[in-house]
Amino acid sequence: MTDVIDDSIPPPPLTLDLLAGPSRRRLKERLISAVFFAAAIVSVIISVLIMFSLVREAWTFITGVDWGVTWGEAGWFPRRGLYDMPTLLVSSVIVTVVAMLVAGPLGLGSAIYLSEYASRRTRSILKPVLEVLAGVPSVVLGFFALFFISPQLIERIGRNAWLLIGALIIVTYAAVVALWARRQFAEATVARAVIIKRVVWLTVFVAGGLLLAWWVLSVAGEADAFAVKRSGQLAAAAVGVGILTIPLVASVAEDALASVPRELREASAGLGARQATTTVQVVLPAAVSGIVAAFIIGISRALGETMVVFMAGGAADAAQFTSSPFDGGLTMTAGMASLATGTDNVVGEGLTFQSLYFVGLVLFLLTLLLNIVAGRFVARVRERY
Amino acid sequence: MALGTIGDQDVASRVEATIQRRGRDVRGTGFRFALFAALGISTLILVILLVDVLTDGWPVLTDRLGDFWSGTLRSRSSDDSLGISQGIVGSFWIAVFVAVLAFPIGIAAAVYLEEYAPRNWFTSVLDIVVRNLAGVPSVVYGLLGLFLFVKGTAVTNWFVDRVNNRWNAWYGEDLIELGQSTLFAGGVTLAVLVLPIVIITAAEAIRAVPQSLREGAYGVGATKWEVIKSQVLPFAAPGILTGTLLALARAVGEAAPLILVGAITGRLAPRDSMFSGLEDFFGQFADRFTAMPIVIVGWVQNSGRDEGFGPAAGAAIVVLLVFVIIMNSIAVLLRNYFEKKRG
Repeated sequence: MTDVIDDSIPPPPLTLDLLAGPSRRRLKERLISAVFFAAAIVSVIISVLIMFSLVREAWTFITGVDWGVTWGEAGWFPRRGLYDMPTLLVSSVIVTVVAMLVAGPLGLGSAIYLSEYASRRTRSILKPVLEVLAGVPSVVLGFFALFFISPQLIERIGRNAWLLIGALIIVTYAAVVALWARRQFAEATVARAVIIKRVVWLTVFVAGGLLLAWWVLSVAGEADAFAVKRSGQLAAAAVGVGILTIPLVASVAEDALASVPRELREASAGLGARQATTTVQVVLPAAVSGIVAAFIIGISRALGETMVVFMAGGAADAAQFTSSPFDGGLTMTAGMASLATGTDNVVGEGLTFQSLYFVGLVLFLLTLLLNIVAGRFVARVRERY
Repeated sequence: MALGTIGDQDVASRVEATIQRRGRDVRGTGFRFALFAALGISTLILVILLVDVLTDGWPVLTDRLGDFWSGTLRSRSSDDSLGISQGIVGSFWIAVFVAVLAFPIGIAAAVYLEEYAPRNWFTSVLDIVVRNLAGVPSVVYGLLGLFLFVKGTAVTNWFVDRVNNRWNAWYGEDLIELGQSTLFAGGVTLAVLVLPIVIITAAEAIRAVPQSLREGAYGVGATKWEVIKSQVLPFAAPGILTGTLLALARAVGEAAPLILVGAITGRLAPRDSMFSGLEDFFGQFADRFTAMPIVIVGWVQNSGRDEGFGPAAGAAIVVLLVFVIIMNSIAVLLRNYFEKKRG
C-alpha cells in the first residue's frame, strides 16, 4: 500500500528548535555528559592527590632531616634514624640490571619469534603462555624466588662462579664494544661531526666498561663478599623480577615489530635475503624505537616491583650497604614495604614515616621519567608508519 | 631457451640447483633456534613455577583441604585451624570494591575520552594523565592510601567525623578509628590502582566500534546518549569485559599497596559473623583485614622460624593461582572468540 502525499497542504517551516527535540531530552543529554566528564576527572584528581601526598610528606623529610644520615652511612635503618640512600639505590640498580639481563633477551627473543617466525598454529599455542605468565601475581614469584631460584640457582652459583660470571660479563662487554668500534671507524669518508659523535659514544662505552670492571673488582676485593647468603639474595629476587618482566617486554616489542609494514619484508625477500637477514637487517632497525621503548618500560617495571624483592631479597626491615648481588638487601620499593609491614602504624623515631614518602617520591619521579621517555619512543614508531 | 653454458652445465640448471640447495643456512637456522629457545625457556620457567608451587602445597591440599579452607591465621603452623578463610573474605570484598568503584568510573571515563572529549589541550592532558597513572608503581598507590585513609587528612577527618556521629546516634560507638588499617582503605586503594587499566582497555574497545554504527543510529534520530547506550556499549561490551576481568585478576593478586596500607600479616582475630546485622556488616569495613596475597606473604616470612608455613603458603598460592588463571583465561578466550567472530 502506498501513501498518497497531499501537496495542497504546505509543510510546517523547519527550524533548528524543532530539530533539537524536546527540552527535557536535551537536559538529560547535558546531565549525562556531565556525569561522564566527572568520571574522567577522577583520574586527574588521583594524580594530583598522589603528587600532593608524596610532595607534602617528603617535604617534611627534606626540610627536617640531617642530610648527613642520608649518605655514606652503614645502611638503611629507618627505625634508628639512619636513612642511607645509596644502600637502596645500589640495590635497586643491581636488581634492575640483573632482571633486565633475564627479561631483555628472553622477552625480545620471544617477541621476534612470535612475530617473524611462528606459524599461526604455534602462535596460538605459545602466545597464551606469555599471557598466563603476565597474570601471575608477584607474591607467587616471590615465593618461587625464595624457595626455588635462591637454593637451586643462586646458591649453586657459588663463590668462584661469581668471579667467573663477572669476568665473563666484562670480557663480553669489551668484545662487543671493540666490534662496534671497528665497524664504526672502518669507513674513512664520513663527516667530522659523525666522527665526533662516534668518539663520544666510544668514550661513554669505555667509561661504562671501566665502571663495570671496578665494581666487579671492588666486590671481589671484600673479604666476605663471595659468601653467598643463605635463603634469599638480591640476585634471586632479581631473577624473579626478570621473569615477571618478560611478558611486558615481549608484548611491547611485538607491537613494535607488528607495526613494521609488510612491504619492507616482502621487498627484502624479493631481493633474495634470507629470513634471518630480513629480520636482523630490515625489521629490527625499522622497529628499533619500539624495542628501546620495550626495554625502558621493562626497566621502569623492574624498578617498581615490590613484593618479589621484599620476600626473596634476603633482608628484613633494615639492610647493610652492599654492592654484591649475592648478598641480602633492600631496594627502594622493598624498603618501603618492609617499613610499613607488620604494624598498623608506621612507628619509629622522628621522620620514619616521612622517609617512606621521600623514597616514594624518588621512585615516582624515576619511573615517571622512564615512562615519558618510553612514550616518546613509541610515538616515534607510530609516526613513521 | 638456453641462457648459455658454463663449462659442461647450462646456466639455467646451475641457478636452479643453487636456489634449491638444502641445509646450508647454518646461521639462519641457529638464529631461529636461539629465538625459539627464548620462548621455550619462558615456557619452561612457567612450568617449573607451577610444578614447584603444586608440589610444595600438595601435602596441605590433600591432607586437610577442608580445615585449610575454613581455618584462620595462626601463630603456629601445626595448629589444626590454620587456614585461609580470612584471606578469601578479604579478597572477596576487595574484588567487590573494585567492581563497584573502578568499573563504572573507569568505563564512564573511557566513554568520555572516546565519545565526548573535544580535541583540545585539556583532553590531551587527560590522556597523558591516564597513561602515566597506569605506569605508576603499585607501592606508590599504597603510599597514597596510607596518606588518605590511615594517617588521614582534613577532608578524611571531616568525613570520618560525619560517619561516626551518625553511627553514634544509632549504636552508641564510633565506627571508624583513624590511624588503623581498614578493609575500606585497602579496597579503595586497589580500586584506584586498577582504574587506569580499566580506562585504557575500555577506551580501546570503544575505539574499535565502527563509525558507521554510530552514524546509522544518529541517522534515525538518536541522541548521543542513545547512540552510546544502544550501539557503542553493546558492541564494545566483550572488549570492556576482557579489560575488567584482567583488572580484577590484577587487584586480587596485588599485595604491595595492601602492605603499605597495613593489611595484617600476623595473627588476626576472626570476626564472629558478617551477615548477622547491619552493624557487623558495616563494622567489617572499618576493621583490620587481610587478603590472599597478604596471607601468602605472612606465611613466607614465618617460614624462616617455623618450616610448616612453607607448604601452607604453597597451598594458598595454588588457591590464588587457580582463581587468577581462570579469570585471565576467560578474558583471553573471550577476546579471541570475538576477534575471530568479527574477522
